[in-house]
Amino acid sequence: MPQAATATILTILETKFSAIVEQWLGTQVKEGVKRSDLFSDSESRAQNAELLKAFAKGVRAGVTDDDFDLADPAWEDLRAVLADVTKERVSRGVTPTEMATFVLALKVPLFAQLQKTLPDNPSSLIFDVLMVTRLVDAFAIYTNEVFIAEREQIIERQREEMLELSTPVVELWDRVLTLPLIGTLDSARAQEVMENLLETILQRQAEVVILDITGVSTVDTQVAQHLLRAAAAVRLMGAECIISGISPMIAQTMVQLGIDVGTVSTRSSIRTALADALGKVGYTIQKNRDH
Amino acid sequence: MSGIAAIHLVENALLVSIQDDVSDVEIIDLQDALSRRIAEENVRGVVLDISALEIVDTFVGRVIAQLAGISRLLDAETYVVGMRPAVAVTLVELGLYLPETRTALSLTHALSQLRRG
Amino acid sequence: MPCPSCGVGDPTDPSAYVAVQSISLQTSRDVVMARQAVARALKSRGASAIRTTRFATAVSEIARNAIVHGGGGEITIGFDLASAYLMVECRDKGRGIADIPQAMVDGFTTAGGLGRGLGGAKRLADRFEIITEAGKGTRVRMGVKV
Repeated sequence: MPQAATATILTILETKFSAIVEQWLGTQVKEGVKRSDLFSDSESRAQNAELLKAFAKGVRAGVTDDDFDLADPAWEDLRAVLADVTKERVSRGVTPTEMATFVLALKVPLFAQLQKTLPDNPSSLIFDVLMVTRLVDAFAIYTNEVFIAEREQIIERQREEMLELSTPVVELWDRVLTLPLIGTLDSARAQEVMENLLETILQRQAEVVILDITGVSTVDTQVAQHLLRAAAAVRLMGAECIISGISPMIAQTMVQLGIDVGTVSTRSSIRTALADALGKVGYTIQKNRDH
Repeated sequence: MSGIAAIHLVENALLVSIQDDVSDVEIIDLQDALSRRIAEENVRGVVLDISALEIVDTFVGRVIAQLAGISRLLDAETYVVGMRPAVAVTLVELGLYLPETRTALSLTHALSQLRRG
Repeated sequence: MPCPSCGVGDPTDPSAYVAVQSISLQTSRDVVMARQAVARALKSRGASAIRTTRFATAVSEIARNAIVHGGGGEITIGFDLASAYLMVECRDKGRGIADIPQAMVDGFTTAGGLGRGLGGAKRLADRFEIITEAGKGTRVRMGVKV
């Protein structure tokens, strides 16, 4: 019968369940991956027990002809528990090595139990050790994949948050807006920045817009094109556009690249741009006499 | 009258508010009518309110640019006012920056700019 | 010459597309009808103002081309439920376009226009394909993701 392949493993998983959980925890401590700084003892124990239960369920239903695939429905429980555990561990700052070692540590108690159960049957022992090795390795590889996917999700989320954060249109004064650009300006972001800016001009009936590029790391031909197109669209809507924060370095690069800003006003600092903008809407900045 | 939009004379400027999508023939008719009126009334400006337009393609854009050229020859400035954000983005993508025209947020803004000269 | 952005579907194929409308293109009023039909179709499917204006403008350009250069034609609007693309196909029986790469360059014109129509339309659409044969006419297919 092919089910003999996992019969012994199943027996020890059922009869020695608590002992295996404890030994697994012990191995994690020895390997230095238990992270008692992040998880309490009872928390770790509960997590390990839950994982082991789901693992046992998979071994019972998901291995045929000593073959298995963790993507099968029989392993659904393990995948679900693993997703939860990994998510939590990633958010608490566990490293991928720690995560893999944590899973691989399960081999130690399983080997020990097999050895105790099959002391006089070396060929069966070798066979079962091999089986456990394959199962736990697959378990660890799958964990790694979940870990990476979870991290990628976090990175993507942060990227989106940054995208939103980095394009705030600020109303500096009545009818004066500023858009402080930070970082790199690729086509997708330039488009989003432009649409956001134009909508705000309409809502606020803004007459002057300051595009401040103090925080833009490099201005190449493409970035300059994006800026000039944004300025052109602002003008078409009937507002004036001032590009401020042009450092001497950026000015040099722009001239060397042969970028012609045409009729767009440019200023070196946001300070002079602001004074200009206020002038355009009828205000002047004055020093208080008593000061 | 041009059929698609009434031309009003206000403070030495011709105001036209385009209320609906215009065909090529209609916009050409409007250009003709406006050119005549600029010369006849000796105005200083033409204010074209396009806030109702959701599509301005290269043809309409070109006619507006020509109108600005014609009015400049007749000593009047052309203002395009109320352009929607979507139209501005599209025109820039088409490479139509309309440098010949002046622009303003609304009729009121254009009139106060004309008053200031 | 097929365009580099392949996989442009056929909106006249009823098995793949939900027909929206077909409009005969003869006068400048028909160009208005075509772009308005496309704008309505996009808005009713929840497209943003900017995407609606961009694509309807592209449609306006190719519909006018069919009249000015192709001596009139027809435009079919269809919606692909599976991929959520609104597709248009514009056909004329004119003399065709001799050199497509040249016709796509901004500033190229044969009829005294601005010469930004075809290249501009391609930039404004998510999908664009043009097929032309000398003496037999031109067919442009364009699509936008809704």
